[in-house]
Amino acid sequence: MREVIIIGSGPAGYTAGIYAARAGLKPLLIASSVEAGGELMKTTEVENYPGFPNGLQGPELMDSFRAQSERFGTEVLLDDVIEVALKGQTKIVKTGNGETFESKTVILATGAAYRELGLPREKELSGYGISWCATCDGFFFREKVIAVVGGGDSAMEEATFLTRFASKVYLIHRRDSFKASKIMQERALANPKIEVVWNTEVSELLGEGKLSGVTLKNTVDGSTKNLDLDGLFIAIGNDPRVWLVENQVELTEEKFIKVEGRSSKTSLPGVFAAGDVIDPTYRQAITAAGSGCVAALDAEHYLTDLE
Amino acid sequence: MSAKHVTTSSFQADVLSSAKPVLVDFWAEWCGPCRMVSPILDEISAEHGDKLTIVKVNVDEEPGLAQQYGITSIPALHVFQNGQVVKQIIGAKPKPSLLADLSDFIK
Repeated sequence: MREVIIIGSGPAGYTAGIYAARAGLKPLLIASSVEAGGELMKTTEVENYPGFPNGLQGPELMDSFRAQSERFGTEVLLDDVIEVALKGQTKIVKTGNGETFESKTVILATGAAYRELGLPREKELSGYGISWCATCDGFFFREKVIAVVGGGDSAMEEATFLTRFASKVYLIHRRDSFKASKIMQERALANPKIEVVWNTEVSELLGEGKLSGVTLKNTVDGSTKNLDLDGLFIAIGNDPRVWLVENQVELTEEKFIKVEGRSSKTSLPGVFAAGDVIDPTYRQAITAAGSGCVAALDAEHYLTDLE
Repeated sequence: MSAKHVTTSSFQADVLSSAKPVLVDFWAEWCGPCRMVSPILDEISAEHGDKLTIVKVNVDEEPGLAQQYGITSIPALHVFQNGQVVKQIIGAKPKPSLLADLSDFIK
């Protein structure tokens, strides 16, 4: 029987690992087989993580998080949790490779998954002109015309990054202002290759077997027009990843895992949650890390009270 | 054993003329998901190498091959049989999903 199992390997998961390991709890951190390190693995430069005045690459930051958690005895497993049973005193966690673990506590740090536009053929065209990862796929759009959909920091970052390759980047946003941070907006707006298309949403994906363009719909007057594109990058936000636990722990109205006050306590004793999966508001690496620390301390107190 | 790196000049012999089906992993150093899927492919190669050959194409070094096969997103896994692409898998997937996707070639 384990003391702590942590599910997730972003800033929240690894920070929980660092604290739980330093508390002598020998945590098992189940990191995922192909998404270990979480969302920051797909970003480039991270400029706002304190302690790194010159910035660093997202994957480099996550490698450091992992190394720091392992230094104190966190066991990192590159596997996917496919099923959990959290209601009993003994928590049961099953993985894709067929292993079953038992634990006194579980920390849920499963983060958030990319939100889709919800248009017909979006899946079918993914990888054939539609992309979810600018750092992975920008390379294939050298001297091409592409568009980014979204208005937050990740849309700004992707659009700016993609100008390294593309000849032209349309930035399509359904409102008349961005919610991205000021510095990211200014960078995008000042870039001569980026053209912002305000008050507009993508209403249809065009092309057979491969994306050839989109139909744009004006959100103010409802008018539509077609835009020829070689590629479309979707960055319209994330949804908390709760499918694993949604029938077991209480969720908020917005489908985040519900926690008690400023703690990480979920509706089930011994089950804690941290990071983007509980946070509809801030969703930063640093807030997720802080939240992972809280979860490890809460788990530690719970285990002390059990004795 | 890690997979053989295939280039434009060896593509005909290593992939197109192979008697066995060949899975080509189009990848790049800067692609995080590619690095995650690579050890899983090594495992599949070790377990099923008698039925399916797994090779890699570095798209940075071989942009022509990437273009020829219409790659716009990596990792992209293409299975070739008798010189034709018979299966395409886009994105990094966990091992059980990959095994299911490849079941026709490794049974």
